[in-house]
Amino acid sequence: MRRLRLLVPITGALLVLLVASPVFACGGLIAPNGAVQLVRTTTLAAYHEGIEHYVTSFEFAGDGEFGSIVPLPGVPTKVIRGGDWTLQRLALETQPQPEGELLFAVDAAGAAEARVILETKIDALDVVVLEGGAISVGNWAREHGFLLPPDAPEVLEFYAKRSPIFMAVRYDGARAADQGLAAGDGTPVHVVIPTTNPWVPLRILALGAPAEAPVEADVYLLTDGEPATLPVAIGPDEASALAQEIRPGLVLERSEPASTTLLADLRSDKGMSWLPGEEVWLTYLRVDARAGDLTYDLAIDASGAGQPAPIAAGLDPIATDANGLGPALWVALALIAAFVLVGGLERRRSGRPAF
Amino acid sequence: MHTHRVVAAVLLLAAGAACAPARADPAGPRTVEIVLHHSRFEPSTVQANPDETLEFVIVNTDPIDHEFIVGDDSVQDLHERGTEAHHDPRPGEVTVLAGETVTTTFTFGEQDLLFGCHVPGHYAYGMRGVVLVG
Repeated sequence: MRRLRLLVPITGALLVLLVASPVFACGGLIAPNGAVQLVRTTTLAAYHEGIEHYVTSFEFAGDGEFGSIVPLPGVPTKVIRGGDWTLQRLALETQPQPEGELLFAVDAAGAAEARVILETKIDALDVVVLEGGAISVGNWAREHGFLLPPDAPEVLEFYAKRSPIFMAVRYDGARAADQGLAAGDGTPVHVVIPTTNPWVPLRILALGAPAEAPVEADVYLLTDGEPATLPVAIGPDEASALAQEIRPGLVLERSEPASTTLLADLRSDKGMSWLPGEEVWLTYLRVDARAGDLTYDLAIDASGAGQPAPIAAGLDPIATDANGLGPALWVALALIAAFVLVGGLERRRSGRPAF
Repeated sequence: MHTHRVVAAVLLLAAGAACAPARADPAGPRTVEIVLHHSRFEPSTVQANPDETLEFVIVNTDPIDHEFIVGDDSVQDLHERGTEAHHDPRPGEVTVLAGETVTTTFTFGEQDLLFGCHVPGHYAYGMRGVVLVG
């Protein structure tokens, strides 16, 4: 019987709900032997009144020890155990469920030293929020038993340029045994982050994966209004029209006002009472990409201005000029200006008036 | 006039040194600095003269450990399949811990050789380079 497992939520007048479906949380998952286990991830990012709520679920297999590093857009005010059904309920709302096969896994219910700014324990998870650069956070992770894959230095730097905040999560196998947790059980974690600049880390999902490896994740956003995102997701019809071997990247599966029944169900979960009971927009994005192509994050503008920041998506702001003036246009304008200048000089030399 | 003669002599000496075949230098081997950054060798191509001894200064700017192993395909294969977590320093084979700088020397023969890192996953990630001899 297939089990739906909850992953993690993330929050932002953007209620961003990211539900990473079955299993592991976003973030690089690193086993002691350096192997990375890629599974489908579900995350909720909700944004409301300047607060991003990021919810994801960490699920670990068996007796091995695992760790995960999640980049955050700001300093969290708290990291708490997530609700028991938020992620599953979002999946139920947006994805067809084969009758009789749905089973909630509610069981699962710079080179200075990095600075530890928050530590907590959630079930069998040890959670540490760090502030530091790519080098210092990498050093901290290594010194605390995380085995970083070869792409970790570049990926950590990619994130550290935008935010020096990272969350390291480590699974304590002994504590899990004491608590009676079994392989496959997941623990949802809810991170509350005040920020004016919500984004959802996606590139980290490909950490340690070969370039051709598939990366799949479900991302739910709950916002006060319809958000604009960057990169712009393609529609499901467009995605299905692609050749089978082509992965679409980011697919917008649902974009609609959240139903009052969904909101009521979510609000009744632990830690979710902040969610408004009405006028919330639900966005469901499906990540389906080659690891080598997943070089971006998801920037969100829930203000209604429709201008998600390229930098928040980890994109080159010049290459994605928000006003639509791409580099080619700027080059063309520069050439026109140069021609005008040269033309003017030539006319002066020949004694003719310059225009 | 005297100054011109001195300058000419210096230029002649410099030109002679540049064209001279590689040989043991009383001042020591030529130094080549290689930076390990984002799990890449920078530079990834090095030139050496036949029978030249190079002193490699390996600077690891990454927060993860790396290796620097010089050798032909068979040497690289051996290390790729090997199980040594740490290499005691041997000529052309060193472990470079995160943030550290180490030095190793290697005397080349007549053939081109490779250098690579065989921490699990690193060679496949592209952490390799070549020494072109000639």
